[in-house]
Amino acid sequence: MPGDANIPVIEFRHVAYRVDGVQVLSDLNLQVDRGETLVLLGRSGSGKTTSLKLINGLASPSSGEVCVNGTPNQQSDLIRLRRSIGYVIQDVGLFPHFTVERNIALVPKIQGWPQDRIRARVQELLQVVGLGPEMASRYPHQLSGGQRQRVGVARALAADPEILLMDEPFAALDPLTRDELQREFLSLQQRLHKTVVFVTHDLREALRLGSRIALMEAGKLVTVLRPEEFVKSSDPWAAAYVRAFGAGLESAAIRGTS
Amino acid sequence: MNVLRFMLENRGQVVELSLEHLWLVGLSTGFAMLIGIPLGILIAHRPRFNKPVLTSANVIQTIPSLALFGFLLPVPWLGDRADRLAILALTLYALLPIIRNTYTGIRGVDSAVVEAGRGMGLTESQLLFQVELPLAVSVILSGVRVAIVISVGLATIAAAIGAGGLGEFIFRGLAMVDNRVILAGAIPAAILALLADFGVGWLERRLQAR
Repeated sequence: MPGDANIPVIEFRHVAYRVDGVQVLSDLNLQVDRGETLVLLGRSGSGKTTSLKLINGLASPSSGEVCVNGTPNQQSDLIRLRRSIGYVIQDVGLFPHFTVERNIALVPKIQGWPQDRIRARVQELLQVVGLGPEMASRYPHQLSGGQRQRVGVARALAADPEILLMDEPFAALDPLTRDELQREFLSLQQRLHKTVVFVTHDLREALRLGSRIALMEAGKLVTVLRPEEFVKSSDPWAAAYVRAFGAGLESAAIRGTS
Repeated sequence: MNVLRFMLENRGQVVELSLEHLWLVGLSTGFAMLIGIPLGILIAHRPRFNKPVLTSANVIQTIPSLALFGFLLPVPWLGDRADRLAILALTLYALLPIIRNTYTGIRGVDSAVVEAGRGMGLTESQLLFQVELPLAVSVILSGVRVAIVISVGLATIAAAIGAGGLGEFIFRGLAMVDNRVILAGAIPAAILALLADFGVGWLERRLQAR
């Protein structure tokens, strides 16, 4: 595993992204350190998802560069890069014609793991994400929304990637399930110490899960703050967010860092 | 039943012409799949080819079949043998439903599924063969089914240029003003169409992705 502790795992250097004449991102500079959960917070259209896709090469910058472990993506084999990065999206995107087991096993399988190792890994991951072993043979349409996203997380973790990208993974879930999955994410992260970039528009979620919060607005990075700093920040955008979410946030921030 | 007696008496010829018919339809559908499925995949992935390809296939579809058979007659090599010509014409007619359904089937795959696959590091060909095609297969097959049913009907006209098939009975019956002879061609043709429809429909359900 690549691991010079001094190089940030992910680094944006003066990144701009334009599509069809629209400036989606401008001069983005950001570093993500090993083992942290960096939350990209912002409203829709602020460029969070695009930033995420720049990391695994689903989008490439119009100017500037995105480096993963010190190597600019333009110089990387994108297929290999993506296989080393877990990717979880809001719509989950499970393969409807595959069983849960085959869904989770996809990347290990194309990387040529032996069959028994794949099987053991699937069972291990089902347990990690809180699903029973009997789920392995189910199809996605037989699962609830929460179960599907658990499988989505298991699939992303399958080949034990160093980096995990999560694009509003819990946004479509009901509040109780979301709370449950957030709690499990925290305990998972305490054990696995992945480098996570987590996109959300929900400040509560950001405070709870993030070790740092990068606030984005209209394609620009406004500020990067730790949760307990964020709730007290005098930055107008951060303050606007805090006002919009109202009372009880302080405690959320404290829980997020505990 | 006069018709049945006629068919029994001429069963050798009924079988022979049915097999000829099946050969025309089978071969032309096979060619149309070989050409149409890749074209459908192409236009699903490269939208700028969408219009020219679908428009051409549409235009072909509007040419009256008898005229198309006639147009192709003077073409060298092709015109030498009527069955070559018939197979080419039938292939052209079968293209539209196959191209269109392949396109629709692939475009219909949930974009989140494709994005997840690409994001996980599937190559474009892994994405096509492991995700897009399996999920589109039943839509593609229903296009093939439509193509076959159309071809079974159209192939009867191929007899007009001497390509054989069940149309021979139909044209002969028309010339003789004898309904028994017409029906001896029409009934097996209808049965072929129904069987093909049923067979491919069964395959479609078997392969239906969940």
